[in-house]
Amino acid sequence: MFSKSKLINKADAVKSRSLAQETWHRLLKNKGAVAGMVFLMVLLTISILAGHLYNYDRDIISINMDNMLQKPSLQHWFGTDNLGRDIFARILYGARYSLVIGVGAVTIGLIIGVTLGAIAGFYGGMVDQIIMRIVDVFYSIPNIMIAVVIVSLLGTSTVNLLIALCFTCATSFTRIARAAVMTIRDQQYIEAAYELGLPVWKIILKHILPNCLSPIIVQVTLLIGTTIIAASSLSFLGIGVPSPAPEWGAMLSEGRQYVREAGYMCVTPGIAIMITVLALNLLGDGLRDALDPKMKR
Amino acid sequence: MAKVLLEVQNLTKYFNTPGGLLHAVDGVSFQVEEGKTLGIVGESGCGKSTTGRTILKLIEPTSGKIIFDGKDITGYSRGQMRPLRTEMQMIFQDPFSSLDPRMTVMQLIAEPIIEHKLIHGREAIEKRTLELMETVGLAQRLVNSYPHELDGGRRQRIGIARALAVNPKLIVCDEPVSALDVSIQAQILNLLKKLQKDLGLTYIFITHNLAVVKYFSDDIAVMYLGQMVEKAPSDDIFAEPLHPYTRALLSAIPIPTVGKEKKQRVLIRGEITSPVNLPDECRFMKRCDECDEKICGSCDPSLVEVKPQHFVACHRVKK
Amino acid sequence: MSDNILEVKDLVVRYETEDGCVNAVNGLSFTVGKQKILGLVGETGAGKTTTALSILNLIPSPPGKIVSGSITLNDKDVLSLSQEELQKMRGTDAAMIFQDPMTALNPVMTVGEQIAQAFKLHQKITQQESIEKAKEMLKLVGIDESRVYDYPHQFSGGMKQRVIIAIALACSPKLLLADEPTTALDVTIQAQVLELIKELIRDRGMSMVLITHDLGVVAEVCDEVAVMYAGRIVEIGSAWEIFNETKHPYTEGLFNSLPNLKKRGEELKPIQGLTPDPTNLPAGCAFSPRCPYATEACSKTVPELRHMDGTHYTACTAYDSPDFKLGGKD
Repeated sequence: MFSKSKLINKADAVKSRSLAQETWHRLLKNKGAVAGMVFLMVLLTISILAGHLYNYDRDIISINMDNMLQKPSLQHWFGTDNLGRDIFARILYGARYSLVIGVGAVTIGLIIGVTLGAIAGFYGGMVDQIIMRIVDVFYSIPNIMIAVVIVSLLGTSTVNLLIALCFTCATSFTRIARAAVMTIRDQQYIEAAYELGLPVWKIILKHILPNCLSPIIVQVTLLIGTTIIAASSLSFLGIGVPSPAPEWGAMLSEGRQYVREAGYMCVTPGIAIMITVLALNLLGDGLRDALDPKMKR
Repeated sequence: MAKVLLEVQNLTKYFNTPGGLLHAVDGVSFQVEEGKTLGIVGESGCGKSTTGRTILKLIEPTSGKIIFDGKDITGYSRGQMRPLRTEMQMIFQDPFSSLDPRMTVMQLIAEPIIEHKLIHGREAIEKRTLELMETVGLAQRLVNSYPHELDGGRRQRIGIARALAVNPKLIVCDEPVSALDVSIQAQILNLLKKLQKDLGLTYIFITHNLAVVKYFSDDIAVMYLGQMVEKAPSDDIFAEPLHPYTRALLSAIPIPTVGKEKKQRVLIRGEITSPVNLPDECRFMKRCDECDEKICGSCDPSLVEVKPQHFVACHRVKK
Repeated sequence: MSDNILEVKDLVVRYETEDGCVNAVNGLSFTVGKQKILGLVGETGAGKTTTALSILNLIPSPPGKIVSGSITLNDKDVLSLSQEELQKMRGTDAAMIFQDPMTALNPVMTVGEQIAQAFKLHQKITQQESIEKAKEMLKLVGIDESRVYDYPHQFSGGMKQRVIIAIALACSPKLLLADEPTTALDVTIQAQVLELIKELIRDRGMSMVLITHDLGVVAEVCDEVAVMYAGRIVEIGSAWEIFNETKHPYTEGLFNSLPNLKKRGEELKPIQGLTPDPTNLPAGCAFSPRCPYATEACSKTVPELRHMDGTHYTACTAYDSPDFKLGGKD
């Protein structure tokens, strides 16, 4: 709905900042968060460009035994792996998997989780109990077990890995959304909306959810980080993204046997994972501080 | 005699709590004439806020009748109530939490208009919003501002503008000035009075502040533990309070005069008793200085007209 | 040994925040005599709570800072005391009651334990003895002794406030600082608690600084009154002088805003405008933009307190001309 008046001149109206603008402003003051954001922008660009810079069949997965296990050099910046593939190219390409899986699982988890959490939080009572007990069941099953079940039912693939990781994300968001909705629900402006005659779905979408964004946004960034690690772990175990795809966790696994002679095979994907997750955490912490009204110093 | 806009008969609202049945509102009856103000006074837990909300059907009554503008709305569903929302509105107590922090002043005031489709076309809606801002004394240059940038008095004006946006007949004001500084309170009270005169509004004014209610109301009803214990025209209640609780309440107000003769203070003993599982006896008994165990413990006194227009619920007050 | 339990001179307190420098208190001076009750009156943002916190040197720093001034409590210079000496002082020389009884008590400790704590901090006594003393204090504030083992949530608002009074008075301080002690309470309970406070103060020969915005409460309880605006005292005197011979336009405006004295139907005369932004105070007299009697001279210099008569002082440039009189309260 329109927020700025057209009839009143821009010059006459008092300049004001919405909460979103204020948050952005405060976020920019946090050096760690800015560094994280910059890195993630770079990573995103890389993953898009990687598709254009490299040809998948030729550069990423074609085996070239003459080149195998070469140390890092000007030709191969990160060296080559046991099948002669250029590690640097694989790392750049691998960013795609991590980002797609991380963002994908979290997005789907968000939609499912926030919907369930909002319903549970708003209505309370039996509805709340039923939804939360179901969520509790999924919450208590370890990631790995869910992944194993899905993979054995549907086979290993990137998509299936994404589906497996959705569950944890959804349960996490359900809890957070429920708590946030329960806090907002008791505010007087919700009562005012009710009194105005607004139907319940409109109250949730228009008044409650937009005010719950803070904890959800913070959770998104942090959860992408943990999901990337989870994806890597599962690929490491062989039930994630199937080889020869250059997923970072899978690369770690392949490098295990060559830790002594070709340490760079493990170290490089390990560092890639670490820096990505660190960037996400810095951003997440920065967002939490920027969104917290009590942090005004 | 002027038209009766709102009539409430034997309104009750009970809540089921783990401890028992909570008598929030217990058999409240009154009438309000068009263009007049009824003040409902009482301390915390007396049920005045619940009464206000039940009248507007924000809370469903347990029993009793609510007749608004000739229509019995007691059993109306939420869908049936929707068109009536343009005729009865509420002004909330807390100017700091009664406005959605993510909406600008304009969005907040335009929301009721858009929701009830009263005006069409963006320009027309904006024009009406600016008009309303002027009516309530909000500078038009604040139109794009957010609630957190404004002080309590201004926020409350936004609340009033929102209530007026639908051209209501009845406005329930739930402690509208309690959260404001004294000098701002006076500004808002003047505004509300002026609007009543200009627009012919009917108010139900809920508050715990007796000084404010005296200034503002035509009739006053005093509530205690869910019941109305005394009801009379404003001047009468202050001149001659009949119920022991009303007397104690009035004498408890600290008077801002020094050196002039002060009347004797009537201090009530003890604390408010629990509104859960109430037996059939006078609820004020345990704290009342004039209580006679035999009479007062026999049954719950009902509201009786002991003088013209002056109702009291007390066994000890005779006609 | 002076006659005054508390002397505050030229106190200046600021808070450094994101939005700028908040000038909370701007040159405050007053005294509280022994066994006297001073009412500190003003609206939100006047600086009353900051003043009270300064007396016990409790201003959170950062962001607050007591920039200058002196505070002498029971002949001790508060601002130069060490942390240890301050801890000893708090509770025995002066004690404070805060505004919100709902959050001032620790929910996981029994009420008796919290009162006993006050004794244990300042005296060498055993656990058993401290509980006995706690029971005595409960009796003093009108609560049954048997409730000494109950938790705060089992008490109503009024009773919680009584417990807080018991804690404050445990070590017999000479000065009680009460910050809006009855604002959050119902009117009838307010009356009870005020009576109790008055009784205890008189019985123990204590002094009190009562902070409030309610002029009725001031009239009931206080001997002397200081009216604050934008971190300064604009009028100070005995209660009788302030209420019956009001001199400052702001004080007059406060009285005019009260519905209590008005007949129904007449309009109230509120003070125009809003309280000033403490990060951006107006030049000269901080009240001048809202003052119906303001002249050009008012926005040039900050008026000092000038003696009117008796113990009555007011800070108003208008009294430069000897004929000036206020329009009068209605």
